[in-house]
Amino acid sequence: MRRWLPPALALVVLLGIWELYVKASGVNSLILPSPTDVLRALIDDRGTLWHNLKTTGVEIVCGIAIAAVAGLLVAVLLHFSGVARRSLYPLLVASQAIPIVILAPLLVLWLGFGLLPKLIVIALVCFFPIVVTTLGGLQTVEPDLIKLLRTFDSSRVQTFWRVELPSALPGLFTGAKLAAVFSVIGAVFAEQAGSNSGLGNLLELTVSNLETAEAFATVVVLAAFAILLFALLTLAERRALPWVHRQRETPTR
Amino acid sequence: MIQIDGVSRTFAGRRGGDPVEALRGLSLTVATDETVAVVGASGCGKTTLLELICGLQRPDAGSVLSPPAALMPQRDLLLPWLSALDNAGLALRVAGFARQRARDQVQPWFERFGLSGFEQARPYELSGGMRQRVAFLRTLLAGKPVLALDEPFAALDAITRAEMQGWLSRALAEEQRTVVLVTHDVEEAALLGDRVLVLSPRPGRVVADLAVDVRRPRQRTDPAVVELRARALTALGVPA
Repeated sequence: MRRWLPPALALVVLLGIWELYVKASGVNSLILPSPTDVLRALIDDRGTLWHNLKTTGVEIVCGIAIAAVAGLLVAVLLHFSGVARRSLYPLLVASQAIPIVILAPLLVLWLGFGLLPKLIVIALVCFFPIVVTTLGGLQTVEPDLIKLLRTFDSSRVQTFWRVELPSALPGLFTGAKLAAVFSVIGAVFAEQAGSNSGLGNLLELTVSNLETAEAFATVVVLAAFAILLFALLTLAERRALPWVHRQRETPTR
Repeated sequence: MIQIDGVSRTFAGRRGGDPVEALRGLSLTVATDETVAVVGASGCGKTTLLELICGLQRPDAGSVLSPPAALMPQRDLLLPWLSALDNAGLALRVAGFARQRARDQVQPWFERFGLSGFEQARPYELSGGMRQRVAFLRTLLAGKPVLALDEPFAALDAITRAEMQGWLSRALAEEQRTVVLVTHDVEEAALLGDRVLVLSPRPGRVVADLAVDVRRPRQRTDPAVVELRARALTALGVPA
């Protein structure tokens, strides 16, 4: 509980300053709504927000799942094949330089307003961190451990299943946690490029209607969803890989 | 029996630096069921020697003849996601044993090695000495005729190390194997080896081959052990 106190206090102080500034300066709430305006919008629009959150939530969860599976497979391919690593890794890095803002409308143009272009955009944003962290986990296995297994006549595949893959799982989770945060940004861009529902779509509508408090409320929901995903993944990691957490508590020797 | 004849091994230098000559014209034989302790300064090619015996490297010149050997690396490198029992049975699992059969095979060894009650413990719950015992068991159960031990106790504190040396001496007396033990601890070599081979600094070659005619269990205060330690140190060029 103690760990929650400092960030909670900092948040309260920041919101307080914001509230005071809006009240004192008399700035138009269309330009800058106060925290209480945003709170009121959250409560009044809860039905709309919930409805749109469901759309975006499904997109994000499916997008991350696709990215995790594809990222794991590609990381394994890059790990096993030096040729693939040398030829594909630079291309992967380059693919991250393509601005999603440009790509998202093109995907909508090619694939329509449905779920597919959103999944592609989100998976694309999440894919890269997952590949990098998983590949890192695969490649930092102790060389002595690999040698030990070779003297046990372990095949390349055996060594992978028994040692390398379990060693890479913490990296996979780290990548997924990063992806959880990036995915929200990806979903907003994808929905703004063309959609009929979702929080990104709602953001697009409220901003262009100058419903600033409602737009802020949408952002709050998006941020809360990202935090929730991050927390769930952290929890899942602790349940699935208890040794990662426990090992940090004790010295290695 | 291990036969190493005129072996040289040179590694390419890092980043275009000079090549590193680890071993030059090294010859040695180890009889079946003999324990040979190899001592030498850091970086004298001791680990290279073990990897040649294990078939993890090939010599540039000379020949290495050895029955299959299992390695015990410097650090325990136990897998944190497996229990102590499953860690010790890793080689059996690799060899295709079903999980339960591997556990049944390992269980009696846990009793013999004083690890009873720690079967389900994770590596981080074990003391350094226990982890090293599990690691030794893991290598032993690979069932290879030769054990290649690479400074097995270097990472332990002095008291635990002394305990483990006594323990390993008893374990090896019970379980006859051909053992090549690499160490930088001259006393450890004198306590555990049937013979002590002293390697020169890089490039490594054998500069002394000392027989240890002391009955086991050996005491580190035994005059014969002390004398042998002095001879080995002299061969290493350290004033005893």
